[in-house]
Amino acid sequence: MRKQRSYSRRCVITLSLILACASTIALPTLGSPLPQQTNQKEELLSLPGEVGHSGGRLVVSLRSEPKSLNPLTAADATSREVIGAMQSDLVHINRATQLTEPALAKSWKISPDGLQYTLTLRQGLRFSDGHPLDADDVLFTFRVYLDEAVHATQRDQLIVGGKPITVSKVDAQTLVFQFAKPDGVEERLFDGFAILPRHLLEKPYQEGKLGQIWTTAAQPSEWAGLGPFRLKEYVAGQKLVLERNPYYWKTDSKGNRLPYLDELVFLFVPSADAQVLRFQSGETDIISRLSAENFSVLGRQPRGYSMSDAGPGLEYNFLFFNLNDLGEKSSADLARKQKWFRDVRFRQAISAAVDREAIVRLVYQGRGAPLWGPVTPGNRRWVNSSIPHSPRSLERARSLLKEAGFSWSTASNGESALLDPEGRPIEFSILTSSSNADRTKMATLIQDDLKQLGMHVQVVPLEFRSLIDRVTQTKEYDACLLGLASFDADPTPDLNVWLSSGGTHLWNPSQSHPATPWEAEIDRLMEQQLSTPGYDQRKKLYDRVQEILAENQPMIFLASPDILVGAKNSIANFHHAVLEPYVLWNVEQLYFRNNAETPGR
Amino acid sequence: MKQPRKLAKWFVLLLLLHGIIAAAGFFAPYDPVEQDRERPYLPPMSIHLMDAHGHFHFRPFFYPLKLREGSFDQYEENTTSAIPLLLFSNASSYHLLGFLPARLHLFGANGARIYLLGSDAYGRDQLSRILYGGQVSLLAGLLGAGVTLLLGALIGMAAGYYGGWRDELLMRIAELFLALPWLYLLFALRAFLPLAVSPFDSFLLVVVVIGMVGWARPARLVRGVVLSVKERDFVRAARGFGASDLYLLRRHILPETAGVILTQATILVPQFVLAEMTLSFLGLGVPEPLSSWGNLLASLQQYNVLVSYWWMYLPALAIVPFFLGYLRLASALQQSTVAYKIDEKDLWNPS
Repeated sequence: MRKQRSYSRRCVITLSLILACASTIALPTLGSPLPQQTNQKEELLSLPGEVGHSGGRLVVSLRSEPKSLNPLTAADATSREVIGAMQSDLVHINRATQLTEPALAKSWKISPDGLQYTLTLRQGLRFSDGHPLDADDVLFTFRVYLDEAVHATQRDQLIVGGKPITVSKVDAQTLVFQFAKPDGVEERLFDGFAILPRHLLEKPYQEGKLGQIWTTAAQPSEWAGLGPFRLKEYVAGQKLVLERNPYYWKTDSKGNRLPYLDELVFLFVPSADAQVLRFQSGETDIISRLSAENFSVLGRQPRGYSMSDAGPGLEYNFLFFNLNDLGEKSSADLARKQKWFRDVRFRQAISAAVDREAIVRLVYQGRGAPLWGPVTPGNRRWVNSSIPHSPRSLERARSLLKEAGFSWSTASNGESALLDPEGRPIEFSILTSSSNADRTKMATLIQDDLKQLGMHVQVVPLEFRSLIDRVTQTKEYDACLLGLASFDADPTPDLNVWLSSGGTHLWNPSQSHPATPWEAEIDRLMEQQLSTPGYDQRKKLYDRVQEILAENQPMIFLASPDILVGAKNSIANFHHAVLEPYVLWNVEQLYFRNNAETPGR
Repeated sequence: MKQPRKLAKWFVLLLLLHGIIAAAGFFAPYDPVEQDRERPYLPPMSIHLMDAHGHFHFRPFFYPLKLREGSFDQYEENTTSAIPLLLFSNASSYHLLGFLPARLHLFGANGARIYLLGSDAYGRDQLSRILYGGQVSLLAGLLGAGVTLLLGALIGMAAGYYGGWRDELLMRIAELFLALPWLYLLFALRAFLPLAVSPFDSFLLVVVVIGMVGWARPARLVRGVVLSVKERDFVRAARGFGASDLYLLRRHILPETAGVILTQATILVPQFVLAEMTLSFLGLGVPEPLSSWGNLLASLQQYNVLVSYWWMYLPALAIVPFFLGYLRLASALQQSTVAYKIDEKDLWNPS
């Protein structure tokens, strides 16, 4: 024992020396004596699926550069996707089944009152730098996530019933999470909370520098995670190279340690069209987030790859009106328009006049689903299928408008124009993001739909950032066409959209108290589902939320695009999912079928 | 003798082309904003004289296209029903030249829509859109050139005639205008305007902008002519007889610059049509659903359109006869004015 300990101390010294010069080569070889030292049994997770062979390098393109490699502060989809391949959580949601699975925690127990969660960690877990993980790392992780000074993006999720959850350690393998109120999401809560290495982050945390570390400029030696891959090289503006994590805690059904791939390369390709060209030429191996048009271009003459349609995802596109209470700040023009927008019959009429089938056919080439509520058919567990799918009806729209006091006049050129109860013509503009051709197309179709009701609509494509600024800050707009996609099928991530106090409650964000009775009811139902344990009860509550939304149409739900992906035929174990990340969620199991053929190139 | 005839030939050709665009309502079979949601990206239809059974027909006809089962943009001809092409048919109403209500179209069909140049993403007739789009683009070019030449001639004459510090000041301003990064300024300008600009306003904006940008070059050319003309004997003589500045400019100097201005006009019009197309291509021109040659081409910014639907390139071809006409006219004009100048010189130097 004693001998071993002194050996390990010497080992640490040499390790730190070598780390300074050539960390990436030194780590795997030097790491090997460490497992003998602790002499612990490793509890690895064995995955079903095709047994492959190791080697190869997978190249994937990303639309934008990740903003950060820090799981605490990363908020954008690209960073999340990259971090997903480098980090692990205690309990993980299987993207294909949409159900939870044990991850770093091999098991969990929820007390009958739903207030206490006991999680047991796997034994013998190691970070990608070889350092062992224990309950103290988990304690540290949640302390950091909950620290307000850190500004962790996911902090809100850990505040249940108005109080932060408390975490305590029972022994080196067991942790107890204490909730103030039962949390409806239950163990799904833990998905996405990457467990952080205390041995690397304790010092920066004490110094208050946690926000500044693990940027994209981080060195591999400063970085450690529990995911299938670890940081190897970051070339700004070009690529991020990840290498196999030799300490990863999953194996295949034959006991071979995963991942199979030696390297995972993310190329930064700024435009969707450029991504398509790279994939077409074989430079990248997998492509996701495809538009229907590009999907059909790629599908026309596939060269060594195949394309697949995973069905509707979680993205929902909608049109909404400016329902903000602007008081004196509001211009007379907008105040007059808001009188129409606030009338639920006006919104219902527009919903009745919108040709959703045409949107799906012309914008998504039929690869999408029309929507009448915020939950897409892709979200099988939560969609309320009893919401009526009323077909387009101009008669219904006209009778609703007539009921609301609108009338029609025939102009000199023979076109009829819709007039409001005060006799003024109905004219408004729809903002769309100029970088999103799909949404601009939808707006153009709606423009034509509403022209048939005598409304004069203008489509205004705007740069995305100034659009968001107008909608959430200055509130100078009439109507806007946007899309949202939650990263989980559960209703909780969408809380910010439906609660009237939420910042993403787009039509009237951050209200101090709900402006309408139905918004108050949604608030109540959403809060209630949050603290109700059990899927059936929560589903009932969320179904009601969907009904209220479909009835009051604060957002006129339009359509949801299918998740369209493509992959080289040589990639095995490739399964797409409708949850993000659509393709790399099982990256540890991917391998190249024919290794002789230089993979990825 | 040869030059004027050449001039007339190109002039008549241009007049004809502009006439077609001006009477777009008559030549276009459909309303350019009317959507046919069953037929997106329909390829150009072919006109037949021979039917599927090998029989010859005197009246040209076409077969309607229908979507192939389960596809988005693959069409097949429905050879069971031949639809005859009607000449001078009455269909949707429009306003000829913007004010004369009319219903007569050059051609049309009953029972199915005919797409001679295919349809776009919304099933709108590409031919009608090109014809109507030409109205916007050409008018913007013509008006823009008018504004430019007016400004250029006034500033150039003032600078050349008065000379001194006025000349210096005006020419430095002209250089400043030549050096400004216009496209970026335009984006900035657009950000200050209200969000929703009506089509008419945005058209005016485009005209004013391209008119304002271009005046520097003609102004410098006119200044050059004025500088030399004002020293000529007949101008000096007129001044000796007590002619006022205004009279001199109007009566003696302006006519001398006519050649330069006309030639500039024929060069500037196509240039400004192209400028309008650039602006519309970048989304600064007239908004959807109205068409202009620039925003018709804007859909080519998408890779899939570029590789899948060749008929979306056709608006680019529409400008070719116009540009050719204008440039030939410009060169004919230049030659004829040069010839005219030589004649004049011969008169003064009879040696």
